[in-house]
Amino acid sequence: MRIELRVNGEPCEADVWAGESLLYVLRERLGYPGSKNACEQGECGSCSVLYDGKLVCSCLVLAAQADGHQVVTVEGLGEDGRLHRVQEAFVAAGAVQCGFCTPGLVVAAVDLLAHNASPNDDEIREALSGNLCRCTGYAKIFDAVRLAAGT
Amino acid sequence: MSVQLELGRVGEVVPREDGIPKVTGQFAYSSDLQAAGMLWGHTLRSPHSHARIVAIEISEAVTMPGVHAVLTHEDVPGEKLYGLEFQDQPVLAFERVRYFGEPVALVAAEHPEQARRAAERIRVAYEPLEPIVDAERATESESLHPERPTMGHGYRDDPRPNVVRSLVIRHGDPDAKGDVSVSGVYEVGIQDQAFLGPESGLAVPDGEGGVDVYVATQWLHVDRDQVAPCLGLQPEQVRIHLAGVGGAFGGREDLSMQVHGAMLALHTNRPVKVVYDRQESFVGHIHRHPAKIWAEHRATRDGKLVNVRVRILLDGGAYASSSTAVTSNAASFACGPYAVDNALIESLCVYTNNPPCGAMRGFGAVQVCFAHEAQMDKLAAELDIDPIELRLLNALGPGGSLPTGQRVTGALPVAEVIRRAAALPLPEPEELPRDPLRVPGGSGNTTRGEGVKRGVGFAVGFKNIGYSEGFDDYTAARVRLAADGNAEVHCAAAEVGQGVANVILQVARTELGTDDVTLAPHTTATVDSAGSASASRMTWMASGAVRDACRAALEERERNGGGEVDIERIYRHPRTSPLDPETGQTTGERSHVAYACAAMRVVAEVDVELGLTRVVWIGTAQDVGKAVNPQAVTGQIEGGTAQGLGLALMEEIQTRDGLITNASFTDYLIPTTLDMPPVVSELVEEAEPDAPYGAKGVGEPPTVVSTAAVVAALRAATGRDLARVPVRPDEIVGL
Repeated sequence: MRIELRVNGEPCEADVWAGESLLYVLRERLGYPGSKNACEQGECGSCSVLYDGKLVCSCLVLAAQADGHQVVTVEGLGEDGRLHRVQEAFVAAGAVQCGFCTPGLVVAAVDLLAHNASPNDDEIREALSGNLCRCTGYAKIFDAVRLAAGT
Repeated sequence: MSVQLELGRVGEVVPREDGIPKVTGQFAYSSDLQAAGMLWGHTLRSPHSHARIVAIEISEAVTMPGVHAVLTHEDVPGEKLYGLEFQDQPVLAFERVRYFGEPVALVAAEHPEQARRAAERIRVAYEPLEPIVDAERATESESLHPERPTMGHGYRDDPRPNVVRSLVIRHGDPDAKGDVSVSGVYEVGIQDQAFLGPESGLAVPDGEGGVDVYVATQWLHVDRDQVAPCLGLQPEQVRIHLAGVGGAFGGREDLSMQVHGAMLALHTNRPVKVVYDRQESFVGHIHRHPAKIWAEHRATRDGKLVNVRVRILLDGGAYASSSTAVTSNAASFACGPYAVDNALIESLCVYTNNPPCGAMRGFGAVQVCFAHEAQMDKLAAELDIDPIELRLLNALGPGGSLPTGQRVTGALPVAEVIRRAAALPLPEPEELPRDPLRVPGGSGNTTRGEGVKRGVGFAVGFKNIGYSEGFDDYTAARVRLAADGNAEVHCAAAEVGQGVANVILQVARTELGTDDVTLAPHTTATVDSAGSASASRMTWMASGAVRDACRAALEERERNGGGEVDIERIYRHPRTSPLDPETGQTTGERSHVAYACAAMRVVAEVDVELGLTRVVWIGTAQDVGKAVNPQAVTGQIEGGTAQGLGLALMEEIQTRDGLITNASFTDYLIPTTLDMPPVVSELVEEAEPDAPYGAKGVGEPPTVVSTAAVVAALRAATGRDLARVPVRPDEIVGL
């Protein structure tokens, strides 16, 4: 089936098989491999995107459902060739190691700060608890969110 | 705020050179690769832990839509077996399968779902066999590998079936008596590396019979040396290139898709991509060895260790992987970083039909640290001595000996890390009531704090740096200086997330005195082996090789009066020697090159009625030699600590009759933001005399020590023995 959607503001269309997830279509058909597939069952958050402005796991959205919707991936967060402040903070704070979880965590942190400009540690803890990271132990991810929030 | 991409030298905080591509989604991981005309490979795996293969019928599968190839063991062009230590593992199973998830057949198709569906149509007739799943009975069972090749140096002759390696260390008088004795039996479950990026890669035929494999791995050249014989090719016909790696932790030391992808690519003459899903990743790689450890510690009345007697049983699963080195490591470090004059250590690893086990961060030292630290606390209680004082009293240091007879010659500041960790101020107990997020059970809202008890635990551990027992451990680096002064560094050291790419660049900038340095792609095609990104060795080894190549390049340019230079150098750490097969004593000056130690203090709260825990705070002091990039070092400590906390509290591969029953992130839990407390890290910088810049590896000590330290805190809170990890709620409650 054919779907039309907006990804990072750009209109896109794709011929998809009915069983494909939004994640698969973003990665394999539309050229947005930034969102990662680490569990494909909504447990790890590596595929997190903003779907009509809401934080979702794109592996749990059927591509067919996304017809007519707006998606923002990690590739679409910066503006005018500049990094988003959350992206800058992740690099500066040392919050990136292997980086496989990073796109999902960056999107989740952007979503958190959009709703709560200066979260406390418990709020950061809860907001990012759906994103698994195996490398960092999360300490520098907390640092990055605080840095981006200016708290 | 803006990111300053400072081009730092050795010892400075330097942001990752791959940081910006990783935060913008531009970094190409192995699963992101694409090629024109690419097919998708899929692996059919055994549903049995032990079965005879009666027949494999592929005729229906080959007719499925989109299918280009269906391959079995009959299609393996060269050697049918491979392995890191022994060639005992089939590329594709023939005659029998020995573990759940063993690869049996391959499919290449145009869409990954077509490949999966075609694999379902391959008919494999199995005759199930009784699986060997109890490691304690493996040596009385039928041999799983009757034709395994003869063992190499340092191996004791042990004729029992299913012995991967048995090692006995006799040190001093193994019958020496003390004034007091404490004993315990300790168990460690199977831990998984659970790296976030599942196994994946792209194999591209070169049109001349050879193949390029782009893959997430830990050691490019040893992959090549295993892949080429299985394909019936010369090493130079197989080029392994490092694709972006989504974490490793030991789990990528063994081959995954490399031979399979290459077989499909050569067979179809099309690029083939293989990407495991999470379930396949859990069954498709080796795990940390589960262990059972019997320990007895004898000491004088005033707390001096007299004799340590330890028996270690490791379940290696169906194939050897790196089990023999794990067996030896477990034995070497069984007494902990303490001076012990007399010891008897027996370490045995067996084959079973359980999931194969091999390398995981800590490599044998994690399991024994859990046991020896529990024993030290028991001994302290028995003698009514402060547990930290007891550890200081027995601390090993330079001049002391390991049970293998090896004298400690380098830096090993055990007493210093103990003092520094013990001096870290503990957080004050938090008042109740408080936000449910900050009590055990969290937002499950299970308590108002009535049954919550606080405990403080302490542990110390150590581990070797680099490969041991006479292994020829080296790293090559190549430096090309252009006429304009620009430098390009080639080194095949695998950047797996740990930050070795930055280390290489920092060393090159330091040595060359210029910021104009680039790092060429990591590949077997342009430079000799770097050895493995394992054993906390890569910082030391890559630093040595890059330093030497840079210095040689500058000398060459000086001699030539300028112009271009292209020079390669190989760095070796000081030579090690095998252990004596009968006594386990080192046959030379040293069997390990060097060690690193860490001490850790943990505050935990435990709901003793519900068996729920909350780790409140962790403070640690680690022996790092020299921090090449302090931010990366603390990142390793925090991340390594989290993995040890995971083993203490939640992580275990569950099996039934050898079948893995929790191969998902729903059922195999790893720590989240809600599980990890703040970690305070003290870096103890005492330069290692044999290491370039004095720098030791830093990745493993935090994982070695944290499991033991977390459980010590739980014991302090509950008063229970808690002799098995991961600790289960019913053990905390005492059911």
